[in-house]
Amino acid sequence: MQFGIFSVGDVTTDPTNGRTPTEHERIKAMVTIALKAEEVGLDVFATGEHHNPPFVPSSPTTMLGYIAARTERLILSTATTLITTNDPVKIAEDFAMLQHVADGRVDLMMGRGNTGPVYPWFGQDIRQGIPLAIENYALLHKLWREDVVDWEGRFRTPLQGFTSTPRPLDGVPPFVWHGSIRSPEIAEQAAYYGDGFFANNIFWPKEHYMRLISLYRQRYAHYGHGTPEQAIVGLGGQVFMRKNSQDAVREFRPYFDNAPVYGHGPSLEEFTAETPLTVGSPQQVIDRTLEFREYFGDYQRQLFLMDHAGLPLKTVLEQLDILGEEVVPVLRKEFAKDRPAEVPDAPTHASLLAAKNQSETVGA
Amino acid sequence: MKLVVVTAGLTQPSSSRLLADRLAEAVRQRTEAEVRVVELRELAVDVANNFVTGFANARLSEVIEAVTEADGLIAVTPIFSGSYSGLFKSFFDVVDNTALTGKPVLIGATGGTARHSLALEHALRPLFTYLRAVVVPTAVYAASEDWGGGRDAFTDGLGDRIARAADELADLLRHRAPRQRPDEDAVVPFADQLAALRPE
Repeated sequence: MQFGIFSVGDVTTDPTNGRTPTEHERIKAMVTIALKAEEVGLDVFATGEHHNPPFVPSSPTTMLGYIAARTERLILSTATTLITTNDPVKIAEDFAMLQHVADGRVDLMMGRGNTGPVYPWFGQDIRQGIPLAIENYALLHKLWREDVVDWEGRFRTPLQGFTSTPRPLDGVPPFVWHGSIRSPEIAEQAAYYGDGFFANNIFWPKEHYMRLISLYRQRYAHYGHGTPEQAIVGLGGQVFMRKNSQDAVREFRPYFDNAPVYGHGPSLEEFTAETPLTVGSPQQVIDRTLEFREYFGDYQRQLFLMDHAGLPLKTVLEQLDILGEEVVPVLRKEFAKDRPAEVPDAPTHASLLAAKNQSETVGA
Repeated sequence: MKLVVVTAGLTQPSSSRLLADRLAEAVRQRTEAEVRVVELRELAVDVANNFVTGFANARLSEVIEAVTEADGLIAVTPIFSGSYSGLFKSFFDVVDNTALTGKPVLIGATGGTARHSLALEHALRPLFTYLRAVVVPTAVYAASEDWGGGRDAFTDGLGDRIARAADELADLLRHRAPRQRPDEDAVVPFADQLAALRPE
C-alpha cells in the first residue's frame, strides 16, 4: 500500500498572524514539503493544477521535474491534471518527458476541474466537462500506446501521422488514476480502461464515496480487468495531529475556521463528524484511517492533505514528521494484516514493465 | 401516499405554520396521505453550511430525501421584501434541481397585508415552474386579517380558498402515477459514451 500527500497549492493568509506567503515562498514550500515526504518515508507526492489565484501550481511537470532531480524513491503524481482544458497531446508529451527524467517514478490523476472560468480561458465549455474528459483521455491513451496516431474528434484539431515524443519510458505509459467527487461516468471510465479510481474523500459523507467506489469495482470486473476486490482504489484524507488531541484541536481550529474551502461554515466538531477530517492524536488518525478499509475495501493508495489553509511551513513539516514516524508505519502494518493475497499493490513503473515483459514472453 | 409540508415561518408558533397545518389537514382529509411537516427554521444553520461546504449534512440530507421522495408537496413561506424569505429560497437551492420534477405542489404564503398576495404568483409559482413541479392553480395567501373575518361579499374567505386548493392538490395526487425512483447505480456503458462523441 502506498502513502503520500497531495497539495492544492493555495496561497492563504495564516489567520493566526495575518502573514501571507509570496507565490515564490509558497512554491518553494511545496518543494520542501515534497522532499520532506521522501525523507520521512512516504511514497507519493501529488500536486494540484490550477490556473487562477490564489493557487500557484499551474505547471505541474516543471515542479515535479525539479523534485524528481532531488529525490530517489518518491513517486511524483498529480491531484489532479485537468483533462478537460489541457491539450491531451501536451499532457502526453509533458508526462512522458517527466517519466524519462524521473526514471519512471511518475503517475498522474485525471480530473475535470470545477472552476467555471478556466474552461473559457482555455477555449472550452464547462457544460461539456464529461465529454471533454472522455474524448481527451481516449486520445491521450492512444498517444501513449500507438507510435503513429491518426485521430479525429469533437474538441481538438485532427491529427494525421502524429507521433507523441518522447515515447513513454520502456514503452510503458504512466499509470493513470481518475479522480472524481461526484460523477459515476468517471468511475465507469476508470473501470473501462482498468485505470485507478481516486475518491477525494474530503468533503462529502462517506456513503457517497462508498457508492462511487463500489460502482467502479463492479464495472472494473465487468470489463474483465480482475475481480472487484482487485480494482485499484485511492483515497484522500485530511488530518492534523499533536501528541495530545486537545492541543491538535486548539492549534488547528483557527485554520479550520478560516479555511477557504469550508471555513465560516460548520464547526470543526460538526465537520469531523460528517467527513473524514481527523484532528487529534496520531492514534486517532490511525484508528480513523483504518476504518476506511471497512467502508471502501482493501485499497492501494492513501494520500493526505497536509499543507493548506495558511498552515506555516514549519507546522506542515512537523506534521509530516508525525505522519512518517508515528502514523504510516503503524498503518502499513495494520493494512497488511488480513489483506487477501490477490489484492494487488498500486501499479508502479517497475510492476507495469514486469507485466509487459511477461506478456511479451508469453506471446512470443 | 406521502405528503411533505415545508414551512419557512420563523416565529414559534408562526402564521406560516398555521396556514401549512390547515392546508395539510385539508389535503389529508381528502387523500388519507401520510403527512410530514418540515420547519425550515430548525434547518437554517444546516442549509447555510451546505452552501459553504457544498454538501448536506446527515440531518439535512434526510429531509431533502423526504422531499424528493414525497408524492406531493405543500410549500409555505412568509413574504419578506416582496418575495419568499431567503431561508425558503435557500432550502430549494440546495435541493437537487430535478427533485421536484412532475411533483404536485401547493404553494402558500403569509404576510401582514393582503397587498403582498401576488408574490405567490410573481415569485413562488415561477420558482416551482423552473423546478418543473406541477403547481395547483389556487395559491393560498393568508394576511393577518384573514385569521379574523377576512371575507367580504366579493372575496372567498381563507377557509374557502384552502378547500379549493386542497381539492386541486388531492385531485392531482389521486391521478398521479407512483414516483419512479431513478436508479442511482445505473451507468451508461463506456462504449456508448465514446460512441456519442464520434465525429459525424
